[in-house]
Parts: sequence; C-alpha cells; structure tokens
Amino acid sequence: MKRLINRYPDRTLKLMLGALPFIIIFIAYIMASNARLEENSRDKLLPSLSSMTKAVDKLAMQPSKRSGEYLFWSDTESSLTRLGLGIGISALIGLIFGIVNGAIPYVRANLSPFITAISLVPPLAVLPILFIAFGLGELSKVVLIAIGITPFIIRDMQRNVMELPSEQMIKAQTLGASTWLIIVRVVLPQVLPRLIGALRLSLGAAWLFLIAAEAIASTDGLGYRIFLVRRYLAMDIILPYVVWITFLSFFIDYVLKTLSERLFPWFHAEDK
Amino acid sequence: MKNLYKKILVLLVLPMCVLITQPVMAKDSFKVAWTIYVGWMPWDYANNAGIVRKWADKYDINIEVTQINDYVESINQYTSGGFDACVMTNMDALTIPAASGVDSTALIVGDFSNGNDAVILKNKKSLKDIEGQNVNLVELSVSHYLLARGLESVGLAEKDIKVVNTSDADMVAVYGTKDVSAVTTWNPLVSEIMNMPGSNKVFDSSQIPGEIIDLMVVNTETLKKNPKLGKALTGAWYEIMAVMSGKDKKAKDAKIAMGKASGTDLKGYNAQLASTKMFYKAADAVAFTKSKELKSTMAKVAKFSFDHGILGDGAPDAGFIGIETPAGIYGDMKNVKLRFNPSFMQMAADGKL
Repeated sequence: MKRLINRYPDRTLKLMLGALPFIIIFIAYIMASNARLEENSRDKLLPSLSSMTKAVDKLAMQPSKRSGEYLFWSDTESSLTRLGLGIGISALIGLIFGIVNGAIPYVRANLSPFITAISLVPPLAVLPILFIAFGLGELSKVVLIAIGITPFIIRDMQRNVMELPSEQMIKAQTLGASTWLIIVRVVLPQVLPRLIGALRLSLGAAWLFLIAAEAIASTDGLGYRIFLVRRYLAMDIILPYVVWITFLSFFIDYVLKTLSERLFPWFHAEDK
Repeated sequence: MKNLYKKILVLLVLPMCVLITQPVMAKDSFKVAWTIYVGWMPWDYANNAGIVRKWADKYDINIEVTQINDYVESINQYTSGGFDACVMTNMDALTIPAASGVDSTALIVGDFSNGNDAVILKNKKSLKDIEGQNVNLVELSVSHYLLARGLESVGLAEKDIKVVNTSDADMVAVYGTKDVSAVTTWNPLVSEIMNMPGSNKVFDSSQIPGEIIDLMVVNTETLKKNPKLGKALTGAWYEIMAVMSGKDKKAKDAKIAMGKASGTDLKGYNAQLASTKMFYKAADAVAFTKSKELKSTMAKVAKFSFDHGILGDGAPDAGFIGIETPAGIYGDMKNVKLRFNPSFMQMAADGKL
C-alpha cells in the first residue's frame, strides 16, 4: 500500500477534482436560485442563468440607449486602461527604487524606513487627501492603484536585490565593473523575472483599488457599473461582471506567467 | 468511486440549500432596519428610550431595531428578506423592493424633504448655469430625481449635463477638489458643503414639496399576517413624535440625543429639521397620504425610474409596477407591489392603538 502522500491522481481525475468545487458551487447556486425564484418570480438576489444571459446580452451586444456605447466593452476598456497604467507605473517605480534601495546602502538608509512606513498606510483611509492632491479624473484612479501597490513592489524588489549572492557582486568587482555596470548587468537581469512575480501577486490588490476608485467617483468602468446597479439590486448584472473580472485577472496572470517563462527560461528552470 | 462522488455531492449541496432557502416563517419576532437621516433619527431614540420595546410588549411581540451603516445595503437586505421592515424614500421603495417583486407597504409616512436635498453650484448663482457641467451625485438616487426635476424647471434636460456617480460618503471631500463644480446631495452633506466658500444652493426639494417622501416600509405579507407589528411600530412612532413636537425639556433632550447620534448637535439637528416637513400628527400624515398629489407624485417618480431603466428589464412602460394609494391605483392593477396604506396611521390619529 502506497502512502497517501505518494499517490498522484491521473490526468482525468486531476481535472475532475479541480473542477469539483466549481461544479458544487454552480449546482448549489442553481438550486438556491430556483428555490428563491419559485417563491417570488422576480427575486433579484439570485437571478436565473437566463436572466443573467439576457442582462449580459443587453450590455455587451446592444448599444446603450443613452450613449450608443456597448457598455460592457466600454466599461472593460476603461477599467483595463486604468489597471494597465496603474500596474505599469508601479512596476517602473518599483523596479527603479527597489534596485537602488537594494544596491546602494546610502539610499537604503535614507528611503527604506520611509517606504516601509508608507506601505503600511491604508490608502483608502486617506482618500480625501488623494482627491485634493490628484483631483477626481483618471489620474486619481491610476494614482490610487499606484499608491496601493508600489510600496509593496519596492520592498519586494529591494529584498530580492539584497538576496542576490554576494559572490556575484565581488566577482563583478574583481572584473572591474562599476556600480552602474553591476546594477545594469548583474542586478537588473536577475530581478526582472522577480518583478513579474511581484506584479502577479499584486494583481488582486490592484483590482481592489481600481474598483474602490471607480465606486467613489466615476462615469464608467467595471467597478462603476457594479456599484451603480447595486442601487437596485441588479445581481443579474453584478454576478456576470464579477465572473468577468475574475476571468480577466486570471488571464492577465496567465499572460504574465507565460511572458516570464518565455523571456526568462533560466529563472523557471527549477520549476520543472 | 462514482457513487462516492455522488454521495459527497449530495452531502455538500443539501445543507447549503437548506441554509439559503429557509422559508420566511411566521414568527413573533421582527427585525427593523434604519439608517442615519434626519427624519429617521426618531427610530434610534425610540429604540434607546425603550419606546419601541414598550409598544412591542403591549402587542406581545419582539421588535429588534438595527442600525445599518449603508443606506442602499439596508434596503437590499430588506428586499432579500433579511428584515421585515426598513426605512426608505418613496422612490427607493419603488425601484428596489417593489421592482424586485417584494410587495411592500408604506406603513408610516414620516416626513417629506423640504429643502434637505439640494443642487449646489460652485461660484455660479443660477440653476441655468449648470448647463454643460459635470454634476457629482449618487446616480439613480433621489438626488438624481431632484436634479432631473430641477433641469425640467429651467427647460434643460439630462443630456445638457454630465452625471458623475459619486459615493455619498466622499461627497464632501470630492467637493473640495477643483474638478468639481456642481453637486446634488442631501443633508447633512448639504449643510457641510454650503459652509465652504463659493457654494450656492440653486435648487432644492422645497421647490418640489412632497415629492421626496421618507417612509417606514413593511413587507406587505408580513404585515397582513401580523397587524400587531404595524400597530406597535405606528404606536411607537407617534409617541416619539408627540415627545419631539413638544416645547419642554423632554423634547429638547430627545432632539439632543438624535442630533448626537447623527453626528451633529442640537443646533445642527434643528437646522436639518427646519428643511424637513415632519408629520408630527398622525392626522396630517393621513391627510397627505390620502391626497391626490401623492398619486401624481408617484406617477412622476415611476416615469423617472422607467426612463432610467430601474424598474427592471421586463418593464414595458412606467406603469408596469402598480402603486396603490388611497386616491387610486397608479399603473398595472394586477401587479401592485407598493401600497400606501394609511389605516395604521388612522388608528393612531383616532387614538385606537
């Protein structure tokens, strides 16, 4: 008898086991929804699949009466633009400050305590200050994402830089490399895949800040729509939007992962 | 193996369904939700001063009064069956519970907004100046309705401005930014914003009196089965109304408590009361409910809601949801989901509670 820890499910069983929780939730939802709809055919809390399909069809396939836009896609576009900008800016700042912080003790002594403190301030609690400083337009939404995730990325990058083996630094120096050259040729290539890893981990937080920003003051976006229709309990719109956001995050995560594997195969050599 | 999965599935799914679908049973205990607003603070006072309890005991039931921090969430909870009664405005009663098929009764017509909701412009003095501006407000709320009515009054329409959905929690902070030049909101935010330099109130709810009404709404079925609940709530309400409308120390103390609970003081609370038409006497509320104007107000609200798509996808016209008022039914008689029922207030007026 093999021990439990040494027994592996085959491919099909693995797939089935992975799908099982989803199927259970799905069935439980359908049953609960049916039960509620039987009691009150216009219950909105747990809408039927057909009414959700209809709501999505209306938002995604038909132009809106008021603006002529396809709301679902224009919401997705504005949200993804904000998210992309926010993550991109955070990645850039995080990379630069992370490397400098990690590599140069004088900068670290100066900035590290400050960044640690900033990373612990909950951005949602100081929203009014952010509004005054950055206004209410697109900028403030991108800034909220950036403020939310940049400190984390900086700290992660700094740690990664400091964890690089000191033998590498010494060797580069004996070969005559300057600080600049070491940063560009030894440090940078090694932290890039780790930057992608940090981005993947901060995706969840980035979405959270994006949706919070859109809920507060906005005219479009996935978070805007969810908070708007919440006013009349339109779960038939909210639930598909939640599924869509989950799918988008999953997709972005997958793209980042693939990108990392393609660009830095050496980094993922150990994974296999 | 397959059999095992089936069993596991059944074992997991069944209890979940039982949990979710537990039918609302006839019970002697009732849950009432309220949120902070000048016209609803009496519920908090009535609860803390033991008035609700006294009346509940009189009719031999239990009433649990709960404060919810988020107004829309409290209505959503009521709509999905979490509460038997909840405070809300006439428009939200139509677009949330009634549009969700939850037959609801306006048990107590507490007050109407008489200046509590306002359109405010920064550095501009006339409502006409709003044309072409971004207006920050809670979309699809009574603010939105007020703005639409205001625009109508100066020959503008919603397409002449741009609505920016803004959370009420952040309205005051948002107003301080230079991007924001126009807002529509309610008290106490209005008074907060009017304290800032350059703010001009260009339209308010006193110009459409009686159209933004604050109600205590009860699930019709629950009320039918348990008229005691209606009697106890109505009795408690008019007891506290009598206290409030007095001139003695008791009235002052009550108002101090209500002001404190809503984050202001006696002066601030009195200022808000001044822009609220409270129906201190049950007879006045009954007369208002029985008036023809209520029906035409609800027709306007229904039309606004329909135009903004919040009567539900299946609604073919504004009269899709029937609204019963003493002056007659507006809309579809076979689909009445919102009822203004003055009978309990009448009992209070007649001293029969």
